[in-house]
Amino acid sequence: MTVLARTEADTHYTVTLAEPDDFVFWREAARGLVQCAVPPERVGWVEPGGSGDLFATALAPENGALPAPPADAPDVRASKRFLTVARGAALHSDPQRFALLYRLLWRLQDNPRLMEDKSDGDVRYAEDLSKSVRRDSHKMHAFVRFREVEEDDGGTRYVAWFEPDHHILRANAGFFKRRFANMRWSILTPRSCIHWDGERMTQSPPASRKDAPDGDPTEELWRSYYASIFNPARLKVGAMMSEMPKKYWKNMPEAQLIPEMIAAAQSREAQMVDAGAIDHAPQPATLEALRCAIGTCSHCPISALGGEAVAGEGPRGAPLMILGEQPGDQEDVAGRPFVGPAGQLLDEYLIQAGIERERAYVTNAVKHFKFAQRGKRRIHQTPNAKEIDSCRWWVEAERAIVKPKLILALGASAARSVLGKTVSVTAARGAPIALPDGSELWVTVHPSYLLRLDGDARAEQAKLFAQDLSEVAKRIAMLG
Amino acid sequence: MDSLSTLEKLEILADAAKYDASCASSGTAKKNSLGGKGIGSTEGMGICHAYAPDGRCISLLKILLTNHCIFDCHYCVNRKSSNVRRARFSPWEVADLTISFYRRNYIEGLFLSSGIVKSSNHTMEQMVEAARILREEHDFRGYIHLKTIPEADPELVYQAGLYADRVSINVELPTDSGLSRLAPDKNARQIEGAMGKVKSDIVEAKDAKKRFKNAPRFAPAGQSTQMIVGADAATDADIVGKASRLYDGFRLRRVYYSAFSPIPDASAVLPLKRPPLIREHRLYQSDWLMRFYGYRANEVIQATEKDGNLPLDIDPKLAWALKFREQFPLDVNRAPREQLLRVPGLGVTAVNRIIAARRHRSLRLDDVGKLTVSIAKVRPFICATDWRPTALTDRADLRNLLAPRQEQLELFAA
Repeated sequence: MTVLARTEADTHYTVTLAEPDDFVFWREAARGLVQCAVPPERVGWVEPGGSGDLFATALAPENGALPAPPADAPDVRASKRFLTVARGAALHSDPQRFALLYRLLWRLQDNPRLMEDKSDGDVRYAEDLSKSVRRDSHKMHAFVRFREVEEDDGGTRYVAWFEPDHHILRANAGFFKRRFANMRWSILTPRSCIHWDGERMTQSPPASRKDAPDGDPTEELWRSYYASIFNPARLKVGAMMSEMPKKYWKNMPEAQLIPEMIAAAQSREAQMVDAGAIDHAPQPATLEALRCAIGTCSHCPISALGGEAVAGEGPRGAPLMILGEQPGDQEDVAGRPFVGPAGQLLDEYLIQAGIERERAYVTNAVKHFKFAQRGKRRIHQTPNAKEIDSCRWWVEAERAIVKPKLILALGASAARSVLGKTVSVTAARGAPIALPDGSELWVTVHPSYLLRLDGDARAEQAKLFAQDLSEVAKRIAMLG
Repeated sequence: MDSLSTLEKLEILADAAKYDASCASSGTAKKNSLGGKGIGSTEGMGICHAYAPDGRCISLLKILLTNHCIFDCHYCVNRKSSNVRRARFSPWEVADLTISFYRRNYIEGLFLSSGIVKSSNHTMEQMVEAARILREEHDFRGYIHLKTIPEADPELVYQAGLYADRVSINVELPTDSGLSRLAPDKNARQIEGAMGKVKSDIVEAKDAKKRFKNAPRFAPAGQSTQMIVGADAATDADIVGKASRLYDGFRLRRVYYSAFSPIPDASAVLPLKRPPLIREHRLYQSDWLMRFYGYRANEVIQATEKDGNLPLDIDPKLAWALKFREQFPLDVNRAPREQLLRVPGLGVTAVNRIIAARRHRSLRLDDVGKLTVSIAKVRPFICATDWRPTALTDRADLRNLLAPRQEQLELFAA
């Protein structure tokens, strides 16, 4: 109580800070006041530009005439956590912050573990201040946008205009120095400005937006990056707004695109879906429904050539599915698969191998005839991977209904339709390939390949083809 | 192809990279450019320099070196059989673009991925070259994330780790059967083999760093991976199980989930519908439960419903608590930390606060309310000095009381 006796009971002190972010000055002043046992109600804190302390005007002694702490005053105690929180909270724009921190410091002398009590009002208030300063600093690291300008000596300087909520500029100068140590840069704000020339940091009075450069050619690249990296199929505007509130947008070159991007997102997504969609209808459940549905397919460009879709034929539950490439000229006219020259050749070999075509389901990987018109003739064109993949949806529907135990793919297009990737027929033939649904795939050449060969080559290939078919016949007999 | 301008190439190659979820720049070694000739810093915490309207953070310049690809993976917009415009950057172009963005404080660094041109080795070489130019020619000290190609020579993958902060290899799909169906050119065993190699390289480099000051750094931000959700039939239980095996087996920093998005020029084997964003969100929540809340994978799987998927209307922690009600209520004044972490509505921060505050006094319900976001969700599962939930914990309709309103969800739940 000796300390109290030395300060007058009703004296009201006012401390004026030279800079609004001067934590070190506050700490020294507050330490002295605690040592003199001046309770929080009798201290006012004034920052430059602030309105001062209403109670202090008449009673305060001259500024700078704070009482000198007595020599035997006890040390002032403050926990580590308090110092961390106070360093942050001191930068907040709340005019009450210094009074709050002093009150906490005062209370800490009696209760050194006060900061651990997060349900205490003062503690929570200070933590909140410190948290919003931390957030503001973090947003400054993130959202400062430099623009390149040429200086008089021919060098370049990177200049940014930023509007922080709190007095965080000086406290964050180090971050930019460590990052851009070899660049000349300036950050202009309405509170103050800092400049780095590669060696020294300097400070200058507040600036306005007009002092900052108004563009940079690289911004066009950046904006196009921003627009391209956005996935319109997953619009989550709320998530963006909470992390990048609108108040920052005006100083970010990319943000002007946002309203347009949001507005266009739904139609872009619909386009993305349409561009790849067959239709979203569930796969047909019967072969009859499938036949009807195939007739209306216009998913790939082949359907626009004017041919009719050719559905497969054969019984539901057939143990063998024979998959060709696509209908040819005669198949397109007849509306049935494998009735042209290649089909007739296939029939011969099937009979030879002892496979009854009527008991198999015969179809094609691609349902329309792809051709190029040469005068009156329609010349066969091989379907490309994209077309085979589009049509795969139909083949899968057929497989789901027929449930064959064995699929015989004639040629590389048919194999792709089943496997989803292109395989070499020569490498894949002669052995079964297990499929995920439990069935198996056998790959061989397309009979039209034999039609294109002559002499010895044809004889050799015919032998291999016959051999493949007889293997398949044996396998089917085994599978029952 | 060279007639494309940088702007056009950037558009094509950024557009092609947008299906990769990761953009993290955190958790690497501290670096700065003080006293050097270079530029850049990393200070541990990642920085999101912008957010796109899809809610994703833009921290890195995320581009492909090229979107030409010899592979034919069905879920990928860049697959060989897709009809997209193709473009290609040179390693120098990538490095220059990274530096000019970095100088303006747009980004934390580079995330470079690529389609496969010519061969896996050739592509990997080009990617490593871009990273080398950044590190050696520009003395760049910011963040680099390289996607590595599992089929490439291990020596090249090792090089990538020396330049990059983080390397990643995508497992792509949660099940091997999904992978062989949708990514026929990829091989699950090869992917895991490459991840195993990266893991042992990281461990070795860390160990060397402890003993020799000048030992080279190898991927100080570790390795991560990505799985696509909703392109195949895998259930949440499959996915969580797979993620847990990856975390344990390869010490991954992160497993990213990416809801399968409809892609332009999609393959016909894929579902074409809105990406299952809520499902992705629930998977990330379950990921958090495993990483920060001490749940084991089989416990998360216990929270799934009969179809093997996590409920979409409530979060997995609440789902777990509702299934195991006999473990509640917990006394906030006595229960150990690891049990409090299981109370729905209490996060790690709230639990830490409760533990700090209860050293000073016995907590009443009101005190707990001040330490958490919402007391309504917490109440049925805790006791405080003035509060017992009595019958509330066991009420049959508790789920309905706690679940958010349904109508809001339906739009996205598909």
